[in-house]
Amino acid sequence: MTTKFFLPMIAGVLAANMVAAEDKPVLTVYTYDSFVAEWGPGPAIEAAFEATCACDLQFVAPGDAGALLSRILLEGKDTKADVVLGLDNNLTAKAAASGLFAPHAALDVTYGLPVAWNDPIFVPYDWGYFAFVYDKTKVREVPTDFTALATSDLKIAIQDPRSSSPGLGLLMWVKAAYGDKAAEIWADLADNIVTVTPGWSEAYGLFLKGEADMVLSYTTSPAYHIFAEKDDTKAAAAFSEGHYLQVEVAAKLGTTPQGDLADQFLAFVTGPEFQGVIPETNWMYPAVTPADGLPAEFEGLIQPAKALMLPAGEADALRESATEEWRAALAK
Amino acid sequence: MRVAARLPGGLALALVLALALGSLAAVLARSEGLGRVTPADWAAVRFTLLQASLSAVLSTVLAVPVARALARRRFAGRGLMIAALGAPFILPVIVAVMGILSIFGRAGALNAALAALGLPELRVYGLQGILIAHLFLNLPLAVRMILNGWAAIPPERFRLAASLDLGPRDLWRLIEYPMLCATLPGAALAIFLVCLTSFTVILMMGGGPAATTLELAIYQAFRMEFDLGHAASLAALQMALSLAVALVSLMAFNPTAFGAGTGRRADAPPHAGRLALWLDVFWLCACGLFLALPLLTVLLAGLPFLPGLGASLWMAAGRSVLVALSATVLALALSLSIALLVTALPRAAGRVIDGLAMLALTTSPLVLGTGLFLILRPHLDPVAFALPIAALVNATMAMPFCLRILMPELTTLRTDYGRLSESLGLQGLTALRLVILPRLRRSMAFAGGLSAALAAGDLGAVALFADPQYPTLPMQVYALAGAYRSNAAAGASVLLMGLSFFLFRAIDQMGHRDADA
Repeated sequence: MTTKFFLPMIAGVLAANMVAAEDKPVLTVYTYDSFVAEWGPGPAIEAAFEATCACDLQFVAPGDAGALLSRILLEGKDTKADVVLGLDNNLTAKAAASGLFAPHAALDVTYGLPVAWNDPIFVPYDWGYFAFVYDKTKVREVPTDFTALATSDLKIAIQDPRSSSPGLGLLMWVKAAYGDKAAEIWADLADNIVTVTPGWSEAYGLFLKGEADMVLSYTTSPAYHIFAEKDDTKAAAAFSEGHYLQVEVAAKLGTTPQGDLADQFLAFVTGPEFQGVIPETNWMYPAVTPADGLPAEFEGLIQPAKALMLPAGEADALRESATEEWRAALAK
Repeated sequence: MRVAARLPGGLALALVLALALGSLAAVLARSEGLGRVTPADWAAVRFTLLQASLSAVLSTVLAVPVARALARRRFAGRGLMIAALGAPFILPVIVAVMGILSIFGRAGALNAALAALGLPELRVYGLQGILIAHLFLNLPLAVRMILNGWAAIPPERFRLAASLDLGPRDLWRLIEYPMLCATLPGAALAIFLVCLTSFTVILMMGGGPAATTLELAIYQAFRMEFDLGHAASLAALQMALSLAVALVSLMAFNPTAFGAGTGRRADAPPHAGRLALWLDVFWLCACGLFLALPLLTVLLAGLPFLPGLGASLWMAAGRSVLVALSATVLALALSLSIALLVTALPRAAGRVIDGLAMLALTTSPLVLGTGLFLILRPHLDPVAFALPIAALVNATMAMPFCLRILMPELTTLRTDYGRLSESLGLQGLTALRLVILPRLRRSMAFAGGLSAALAAGDLGAVALFADPQYPTLPMQVYALAGAYRSNAAAGASVLLMGLSFFLFRAIDQMGHRDADA
């Protein structure tokens, strides 16, 4: 009974793999699931790169972004990945410390990032500011900093720093803005927090449902609603402390037998074809601003006066104590 | 029956233990030794035990009056209600939570009604929210398990009781109470173990880090700290706790033997009095509303977007059906073999085996997935075998539920028919075919339906093996929700709900062809 189901399934999968193989060199890129989804950047990027590389670009997506580094670390030196795409600045210190990644070839690009970027290993492909997103028709008095948010009656949904990247980003945001006073901010915010979700999608779902007045997301989130739903009621609140950055990066594995092809791909990542796809598929800012500017729905977005980002090593060293501080302040 | 019953059971148990312990060992072998359990972890242990015990006790205790009402009343829509009882348990957790919040949340219907009456807001986030969600997910399962127990009481017993003029009290003491003693500990155990590894519900409904469980600590160790040793020690702790609870609960398991009946199950058990009638009406309505309203909101929210779903989602649904059916066959084979082994052994030995088999449910899905990945990767491409592995893992995770459903009835069967079968020389496959399978059919069908639905809705354990080219439906639901596409995700959730429910209903029905639920 079971073999009856399995055999065609296995045969189908193997056949699909074989058709793709042919004789061209294969470049295996590990990424996260929503990158390769049919509505994500993956399909267009695969077609564009394959048109120039005489190779077969294969994406492998072992779950979300958090699962990505887990997978690479589990596989260690015999990983099949040539390139990893989708780590962020919260994870790069851990990734670099593993010794599995190799420096990329010199790139001749000018990044549009609000901070200087000259990492020898990690190539940024997009970025965004964390921000609290709200509904303009419901929230009348929009807080302009964390203190105003804490004293307001607004209810917020946030993500858990122990299980999600945005949650960790918020933790670092408060830490970067308030340093030793971070615990006080969290204690004041406690009565504003409706709940703490495992990941971004659950928190955003609660916000859309009306369970929370504001949700931790990105300054670019309203652009999706304008573009896909013709809905301009969503906005991000500009905070005077500045906004913490998330930078998503790609890197080459040290073990790859296709070093040149991997470098060719990393150069392609910062090129116009890749970068042009990012805004309206990943809903983040492209790392290199396209020559003809950003899509229209990105125009009205708030422009934070100040960008905050702790150096990767410092953020990693702070993570444990900051998480404990967060837990202690909220677990009352 | 001896050898034939023991060999498959032994093999099935070996497979389950290899998966549960092997995956933990593989994670540990890859780490740099067991990690330290921190004070925050112990706080998580305490909260985990608290919420899981409360959830299990509440679900089973409240299920008794509901199951009794269902067992002794006949009304229009009863069949539908029994079938629909399968729905919440098999919903993807995030979908269920959203449904519950539509009713009980800050912006939910209940608070809207309270506000209209000028009453204060009901705060759902916290331990109370976790219990409501766990009750929503598990109460129906408990009702079904107890209802099976009621239906397994031969109608001759009730007729005999009626002819002896026994009152409701005597009925309770002589018939119903012993049946509950046989059914409740197993049901409570299964629910306790599910809630022990609960993750999304705890975080979303918990309202903050005061509600932290071991499973979150394990997740953190894997995903944020990349500390396999810490993950392994937490997983071992979780397993030890569950095993202790499993053994205690199985010690309390007290099988009934009312003696064999004619095997017909046509009559409703008797019921007496107006008060009893009104109480039954109350329990049926309360339970019906509590379960139906959140489901309805999910349905209404997603239905408009169902027609707009792309072909890829229907393909994913097809893949999920394949995984579910394979997992069902495997789960039934595993649980039947183990149940036959347990009931063929002396009582004490049987209980130990039974407890060990429950280990499959105590393994953290993350540890199982990661361990299996580490074991299999040197030998095969995990991505190419994503779907067969998903079926295997889901079958193993569903097996303990099947075991809890099959065990009470099989134990009774052994007591009632064991000696007769032996005296007739009925052995092995012949006894299985002629005596056991026909009488287990209803339970097998229920267990099979549950396995299929569980496997169709699963996500957890197999994330590391996921193949982006061939996603299953739950993977698609999460991917859509993670990319702002909440409308499509709502539509896909309805598709997933319908699929799980259809699978459950279709398989469950096989046990009802000529029998009453």
